[in-house]
Amino acid sequence: MEETKKNQESTTHKIGIYLWIWGLLFVLSFFSYMVDWYQFQGLLRWSLILFFMFLKAGLIMAFFMHLFWERYALVNVLLWPMTAIACFVGLMVAEGKYTLFSRLFYFFIGGQ
Amino acid sequence: MSDPKIEGLELKPGFKGMASDTASDQTMFKGVHWGKAMMWIFLLSDTFVFSCFLISYMKGRASTPVEWPNPSEVFALNAFGVPVPLLLIAIMTFVLITSSGTMALAVKYGYERNRKMCGWLVLATALGGLTFVGMQAFEWSKLIHEGVRPWENPFGAPQFGSYFFMITGFHGTHVSIGVIFLFIYAYKVFAGHYDNGKKGWFTTMKGDYVEIEILGLYWHFVDLVWVFIFAFFYLW
Repeated sequence: MEETKKNQESTTHKIGIYLWIWGLLFVLSFFSYMVDWYQFQGLLRWSLILFFMFLKAGLIMAFFMHLFWERYALVNVLLWPMTAIACFVGLMVAEGKYTLFSRLFYFFIGGQ
Repeated sequence: MSDPKIEGLELKPGFKGMASDTASDQTMFKGVHWGKAMMWIFLLSDTFVFSCFLISYMKGRASTPVEWPNPSEVFALNAFGVPVPLLLIAIMTFVLITSSGTMALAVKYGYERNRKMCGWLVLATALGGLTFVGMQAFEWSKLIHEGVRPWENPFGAPQFGSYFFMITGFHGTHVSIGVIFLFIYAYKVFAGHYDNGKKGWFTTMKGDYVEIEILGLYWHFVDLVWVFIFAFFYLW
């Protein structure tokens, strides 16, 4: 890896960026804990949980795992497969609803 | 990591660069150590494993007609006689984020060839991970005492236990493996293996601080998975 060795100066970043991200992660974790503390319910709870979760995940991946500074060839190879997971989630939401419907129908109403 | 310069080759930025990197007859990931690329591929496959667990948990929870246990009450802990919701989980989250931060700094000091700082920070990360595993063992034994089993629990839907033990157990296994490697790498940093290029086991690769970054990727991934478990299992 001669190529990477030559560029060791350009591979480190100022300590400030790490401390900022670190602090932000603490604050965001505190906020997501507050969602439970104040017992927000319903759509507000779910959207806040997802918002803080994706923000934290994005910060960790972009700065702690250095994806923000990587070349697109690597970033895209890593991020596009996530769409497959999103499809899987969508399929299983539909399937879960159907299973619940069948259970309620056959357990409590009874099929003829 | 950022904008590698390879002699005799001009690297274009952005999507154009991606197209030419992918189409080039040399390595596809320019300036990325092969170990790092392999760690990323492994983490990608691990992402799919954890996604399957979390998706199956979502499907199980969505499809049961029985009331799901309220995690806010199940995981409450008594502090000075008052039940505080998710107290232990919140502390575990903060411990894991702290260790993630020390790891990020260890990578930075490693690349600056600051052996002492790098070693102490890797050691601090290992101790944070150890604390996390300890608290998780406490949480497990508490729930097992309360009668939570993979097939039943006193709080509600019986599936709760099996998802809880499977997901947090698999994550805890990752943390434990990470802690073992962190201790080994802390030793290797202090011993100067990355300064004098000492070869590791099973490899002819010379020791280099890029190995700390590779280890860091794994550790940040463990933290990343916890972000999702915290959101979906404990808060939802």
